[in-house]
Amino acid sequence: MAEQKQQIEEFVPKEYSAGFITDIEADSLPAGLSEDIVRQISQIKGEPEFLLEWRLQAYRHWLTMATPEWAHVHYPEINYQDISYYSAPKKKTDGPKSLDEVDPELLRTYEKLGVPLDERARLAGVAVDAVFDSVSVANTFQDKLAEQGILFMPFSKAVHEHPELIKQYLGSVVPYKDNYYAALNSAVFSDGSFVYIPKGVRCPMELSTYFRINAANTGQFERTLIIADDDSYVSYLEGCTAPMRDENQLHAAVVELVAMDRAQIKYSTVQNWYPGDENGKGGIYNFVTKRAACRGESSKVSWTQVETGSAITWKYPSVVLQGDNSVGEFYSVAVTNNMQQADTGTKMIHLGKNTSSTVISKGISAGRSQNAYRGLVRVGPNADNARNYTECDSLLMGDKSAAHTFPYIEVKNPTAKVEHEASTSKISEDQLFYCKQRGLDLEDAVSMIVNGFCKQVIRELPMEFAVEAQNLLGLSLEGSVG
Amino acid sequence: MLEIKNLHASVDGKEILRGINLTVNAGEVHAIMGPNGAGKSTLSNVLAGRDGYEITQGEVIYKGENLLDFEPEERAQRGVFLAFQYPVEIPGVSNIYLLKAALNAVRKYQGLDELDAIDFLTLVRSKMELVKMDEQFLHRSVNEGFSGGEKKRNEILQMALLEPSLAILDETDSGLDIDALKIVSEGVNALRSQERSIIMITHYQRLLDYIVPDFVHVLSKGQIVKSGDKELAKELEKTGYSWVDEQPEGVSA
Ligand SMILES: Nc1ncnc2c1ncn2[C@@H]1O[C@H](COP(=O)(O)OP(=O)(O)OP(=O)(O)O)[C@@H](O)[C@H]1O
Ligand SMILES: [Mg+2]
Repeated sequence: MAEQKQQIEEFVPKEYSAGFITDIEADSLPAGLSEDIVRQISQIKGEPEFLLEWRLQAYRHWLTMATPEWAHVHYPEINYQDISYYSAPKKKTDGPKSLDEVDPELLRTYEKLGVPLDERARLAGVAVDAVFDSVSVANTFQDKLAEQGILFMPFSKAVHEHPELIKQYLGSVVPYKDNYYAALNSAVFSDGSFVYIPKGVRCPMELSTYFRINAANTGQFERTLIIADDDSYVSYLEGCTAPMRDENQLHAAVVELVAMDRAQIKYSTVQNWYPGDENGKGGIYNFVTKRAACRGESSKVSWTQVETGSAITWKYPSVVLQGDNSVGEFYSVAVTNNMQQADTGTKMIHLGKNTSSTVISKGISAGRSQNAYRGLVRVGPNADNARNYTECDSLLMGDKSAAHTFPYIEVKNPTAKVEHEASTSKISEDQLFYCKQRGLDLEDAVSMIVNGFCKQVIRELPMEFAVEAQNLLGLSLEGSVG
Repeated sequence: MLEIKNLHASVDGKEILRGINLTVNAGEVHAIMGPNGAGKSTLSNVLAGRDGYEITQGEVIYKGENLLDFEPEERAQRGVFLAFQYPVEIPGVSNIYLLKAALNAVRKYQGLDELDAIDFLTLVRSKMELVKMDEQFLHRSVNEGFSGGEKKRNEILQMALLEPSLAILDETDSGLDIDALKIVSEGVNALRSQERSIIMITHYQRLLDYIVPDFVHVLSKGQIVKSGDKELAKELEKTGYSWVDEQPEGVSA
């Protein structure tokens, strides 16, 4: 029925519900990037000398680098002098000690976003660090966690309280020379979360950081460092939103994870940065370097990501499997709609013996979007009996979107077993009709089928995140079947 | 309940339904038989509102409203149910999830509250009893890896749960073994009521021994060429369809 088709095409997508702007006074540095700006950021934060030195080295190195061109994404050149590298809500004193001291306007912002910072958080059993533009504005449960020796705090606080840990681990997984955006981040990073789980401790609750970009023309450059000492376990969640603005905003984060002997880290992301409007105007450039080192024997790191937002996503959460018998996992759903572009995947670097990795990637492309999976599996010469299983499925909606798969496999050890499976399918009219015949409207039918397609990934998410992710999948694909 | 008047439908400019007339009153069971390619599935698809068919003439009145004006899901919510000849698989979506979403969609239209998890499970279990389906099927993906017979039973389970006013069963008996045929027939018979009408498409008179129809129609080349009672099916079993070609076009008894 042509009539119905038309109706679907005219369907107005629901507004990006996190797209509001918080009216709050901010202290910002003027736009532009120079050694002086780097020094100012470090000075505002009262950082020790070693950190300033490190930032400056990163900055000087960044100046020598060129923007990476290999990703399957296209955007106008970014003028790094137009961006402000620091913005913080104005505060009276040194920063909030408890929630009572947090600006109520900020608490309302997080409430609107459904992030519990107050009493309800206690019930939800999730410890939250909320990062607003460049600084952490609220951090719950710190005391309770401290009883077990767990450190969960804003990165800038950790710099003061545990400089030895920062010095030892910062840049040890992602050196500032790693890539263009990692170098930029290392020079100007403002805040983020720091987690340390002591030997033998199983973190009793999910740790969660909520990132929000608010200020206009500001980049967010957060830095997260998680260290799980021998025989420890932690599950960490990360959520992100931003207001709807016509200009593109840059988000270049670096996340480093270190797992020691038999330690396990589960890192889950639901990324819902503003994707831009249906014509590709506005939206976040999400250029992120995430990497984990399985340093200890039998350690394990699991990345789970649901990526629905951002105008451009460039992101490859990776695992370096150094310890013998270590395990790396990557579960990913990447949804692109309208004019969004995603180039995402993982790198599994097998160095230790009997290391194994699993990669499950589900790409969904709708509208006129471009969705690429890029994955590297490398097996080093000493990695006897390395195992990798990769499954890479793409689902296309409509006929103007595209899916691409770029698998790279480098094996230098003859005992390795590397398996790669890939499929591309279209959401089928038969499935849609079947669901509609049972009374479901088009949006519910699409959401159900897509969630089914992503089930292997969704089920890896902690419960409260899984529900949010399922809703997001439905929302971000609204109006996309035609 | 349902009145189909001079219904013409085509696909890609090729006319497949060529003037169907059929009246189904509440409480009646009609069987539609006819050779392969006659247009039986096309008729059920058009009634259910599938995309890709052009209605060139005629109308369909269902409960006093013009059925063809509605989207497929609106028809379903108003009580039109199609048991598919080839039920589709939906990987990753559990059967129970679909059943619940479907029931709640229909209840919402009826102005009823969603059932809570416990009431829903109790209800589903009682319906599974009816078609003798094991509970494990609730947690498997919709139709994925189901045998042909299991898929058909699953359709009847959905029908039993949704309690439609008009059920169209497209070859629900094909692929069923004798025991399954009995079970499915008992399920359907249990759903027969004064308020519910059933259109059964089948190739086999055998089904009609279990579900005895009030009327039997023969569909050939997009038209109903003969109608009668259950004796007509027995006659067809003996004579086959070769005689239909000898009938002048457009005849309906
Ligand atoms: N989408 C389509 N495109 C082209 N031809 C079609 C399409 N759908 C149906 N047809 C044709 O219409 C005719 C009727 O098909 P239909 O499936 O309704 O037959 P049927 O009576 O259900 O047959 P069977 O007993 O084999 O199930 C067939 O010739 C079929 O090939
Ligand atoms: Mg058929």
